[in-house]
Amino acid sequence: MTFEYAPAPESRSIVSIKPKYGHFINGSFVAGKKHFPTINPATEEILSHIALGGTSDVDKAVMAAQKAYTKTWSKLSGKERGKYLYRIARILQERAREFAVLETLDNGKPIRETRDIDIPLVAAHFFYHAGWADKLDYAGLGHNPKAYGVAGQIIPWNFPLLMLAWKVAPALATGNTVVLKPAETTSLTALLFAEVCQQAELPDGVVNIVTGDGSTGSAIVNHPGIHKIAFTGSTEVGKKIARAIASTDKKATLELGGKGANIVFDDAPVDETVEGIVNGIFFNQGHVCCAGSRLIVQESIAEEIIEKLKVRMAKIRVGDPLDKNTDLGAINSKEQLIKIKELSAIGDAEGAERWSPQCDLSNKGFWFAPTIFTGVTQAHRIAQEEIFGPVLSVLTFRTPQEAMDKANNTPFGLSAGIWSEKGSRIFWASQHLKAGVIWANTFNKFDPASPFGGYKESGWGREGGKHGLAAYLKNGKETGAK
Amino acid sequence: MATKKESRVEVKKTYKLFINGAFPRSESGRVFEVTAKNGDFIANPALASRKDLRDAVTAARAAQSGWSKATAYNRGQILYRIAEMLEGRADQFESEIVFTSHVTPAKAKALVAEAIDRWVWYAGWSDKLQAVSGATNPVSGPFFNFSISEPQGVVAIASSDSFLEFIDAIAAAVVSGNTSVVLVPGGLAVPAMSFAEVLATSDLPAGVINILTGSLDELAPWAASHMDIDGFDISGIQKKKHGALKEAGAENLKRIHSFGSGKTPARILAFMESKTVWHSVGV
Repeated sequence: MTFEYAPAPESRSIVSIKPKYGHFINGSFVAGKKHFPTINPATEEILSHIALGGTSDVDKAVMAAQKAYTKTWSKLSGKERGKYLYRIARILQERAREFAVLETLDNGKPIRETRDIDIPLVAAHFFYHAGWADKLDYAGLGHNPKAYGVAGQIIPWNFPLLMLAWKVAPALATGNTVVLKPAETTSLTALLFAEVCQQAELPDGVVNIVTGDGSTGSAIVNHPGIHKIAFTGSTEVGKKIARAIASTDKKATLELGGKGANIVFDDAPVDETVEGIVNGIFFNQGHVCCAGSRLIVQESIAEEIIEKLKVRMAKIRVGDPLDKNTDLGAINSKEQLIKIKELSAIGDAEGAERWSPQCDLSNKGFWFAPTIFTGVTQAHRIAQEEIFGPVLSVLTFRTPQEAMDKANNTPFGLSAGIWSEKGSRIFWASQHLKAGVIWANTFNKFDPASPFGGYKESGWGREGGKHGLAAYLKNGKETGAK
Repeated sequence: MATKKESRVEVKKTYKLFINGAFPRSESGRVFEVTAKNGDFIANPALASRKDLRDAVTAARAAQSGWSKATAYNRGQILYRIAEMLEGRADQFESEIVFTSHVTPAKAKALVAEAIDRWVWYAGWSDKLQAVSGATNPVSGPFFNFSISEPQGVVAIASSDSFLEFIDAIAAAVVSGNTSVVLVPGGLAVPAMSFAEVLATSDLPAGVINILTGSLDELAPWAASHMDIDGFDISGIQKKKHGALKEAGAENLKRIHSFGSGKTPARILAFMESKTVWHSVGV
C-alpha cells in the first residue's frame, strides 16, 4: 500500500509585493537608480525589481547610521534600546506567516522550514538580544563595554531573514547602528523587515538597508565611516574582506564556508542516525554553511546505513516550496545550480559513485535531486570543496582516530556531527574535532543562546549567545582585583 | 709555579636558537652583532632564516596535541615552574637587560621581578579560563548545550624588544594550550636565549615554546604567510606595518592581534577558539 500526498499549498495572498523597491535609508524608502529583477527560483517568475545600490547610496546610508549613532542610539539607555528590540520581536511574531511565505517565494526553501524554523528563530533572536541590551556589564567584557559605532553587515541568500536577525539583533542590542546589504537574490524579506522597523518606531537611521550585488557589498566594506564588518558568505569573499580591511582599524566577524563531517560510529542508533544524516545535508537544499556534507561512517555499518539512507532519500518530497508537504525546495539560483552540477560532475569524473532517487523535477525553476556519492576518498574534490547543495559525500573509517583525522582534514572548521550511543565516545570525539559547532546525536540545530562560528578558514568570531556580543563591543574597563 | 695571581678569562656563551627543546645554530649560518651602548661587543646571536622558522613551526605543531591535552593543572604547574626557574636567575637577567637595553639597574630589577610575577599570574589562569569564558547555553529544545574555549593551535609572536612584553606575549599564548614560535628582535636576543635555558629546565615539553632571534622585518612576513600558523601576536611590530602582515595572513584567515602592555585575560582568549557542543537529551 502506498500513501500519496495531496497538494497542500500555502496561500500566497498574505503577501503583497511591490513591483519595485528602493533602499531603506534614514527611516524611509528612497528610490534607487538602477534595478534588477528578483525571481522565484521555483518558477522563474519575476517577483519584483530590486535597487542596485551604488557608492552614493551606501554613502547616504552610512551617514544616516552615523548620525543616528551619535544623535540618538548611543544616547539611549540599554533599557530603552532593549524595548525597541522586544517590539521588533513581537511584530515579527505577529507577521510571521507573511514573512514565511515571502521568504519561500523569494528563496525557494520549503514553507515548512520558513514557517517552523527560519521565522520563529528570527523572532527568538530579537527577543534574546533585547534582554542583553541593559545587561552588557555581565557579558564578560569588563565594565561598560562600548559599541563600535556603525556596523556594515553583508548577508547571504540561504537564510535571508535569519541571517539579518543574527546580524541586526546583536548589533542593535549592543548599541551599534547598522547598514545592511541583503543578498542579491533574496532582498524581499529584508525590505519587509524595514517596514517592521517603521512599525516599531525604531529611530530613523538605526537600521539602513541598501540592496545590490557584490559591488554594493564592497562599497560597504571599504567605506571609511564603517567601524565593524559582519559578513556571512563564502570563504573566498571572506578572505577578500580580510585583505580589504587589513590596513584599517575596522573589526570583522566572518562566518564562512564549511565541509562538515557527520561521523557515524558502529554503535549509533541506526534509524535516528539516518534521519540526522538527511537533516544534515538535505535541510534547506543543502544551502547551509554548516551542512553535514561529508558522511564519515564506520566501515562495519556503512553498508546498512547507506542502504537505509537510500530508502529514506526515496521518500524525500522534492517540489513546490509553498506546498506544506515539501521537504526539498528549489535551488536558490541558476548560478548555484550550475555550481552544484559542475562539482557533481567532477565527483563522477574522479570515480565516486553517484546515486539519486527517481524525482520528477519541474522544467521551470532550478532543481537538483538529493544525491549521494559513495566511494569518496579524501583527495576527491567533492570531499574537500563546499558544494552548497543537496549532495552528500560518503567516506568510511575503521578506527575512531581515523575518523577524527578525516574529519579534520579540511581547511574549514565550522561544524561536525557525532552519532553514537556511548557518552564517553561522544565527548572524546567532540574534544578531537576542530569545529566551532558540534552536534551529538542531532544536527543543524540553531538557537539564539548558542554561539555559532568556525575554526580555521570557516571564519572569525561567534554569533549568538554571550560570545556573540563580543563581536560588537569594545572591551570595557577590567573589573578584576589586581 | 705562578707567583702572581692571573686574572681569569671569562667563558662567554654562544647564543643560538631554541627549537624543539634544543639549541641549534641557524641553518643559514647567519649571525648578527649585539653591542652595548658604548659600542662594546656583547654577542653574535643567530640571525634566523625562513627555514629555521619552518622548522620551529613543525616543532610547535608536533607539540600541539600533547600540550593542549595536558591537564590545565599540569600546564599551570609548568608555568609556575618557569617562574621558579626565573627567580633563581633574576640577577643574570637584570644584568643582561642592563647591557642590551640600556635601562638602569633599578629599572631592570623591577622589570625582571614583574616578569616573574607575570608567570605566576598566567599560571593561575590555566584552570580558570573555562569558568570565565565558557557557558552553558539554555537552548529551546531537549539539548544540553555548552561552549568551551580551546587553544587555536600554533601561535607566532613578534615580540617587542622589551623583556616584559616578550614574557607577556608568550605566557598569554601558551597557558591555554597553544604552542608558539617567538620572533625576537635585536638585543633582546641575549636575555631571550637565556630565558630559553630557563624553559629547558622547567619541565616544559619540547616544541611548546620555540625562540628565533633575528630581524622582525624578515621573519614577520614569513610567519604571516605561513599556512600552518593559526594565530599571530604582532604587538612588537610598528602599527604602520600591521596592514601588510594582516593582508598576508588572510590567506588562511590567521587570527592576528596586537596588544598594549598590561595583563588581561582578553589576551589569552584572543588566541582561543570557542567550541559549542549540542548533546541531545533523552532516555
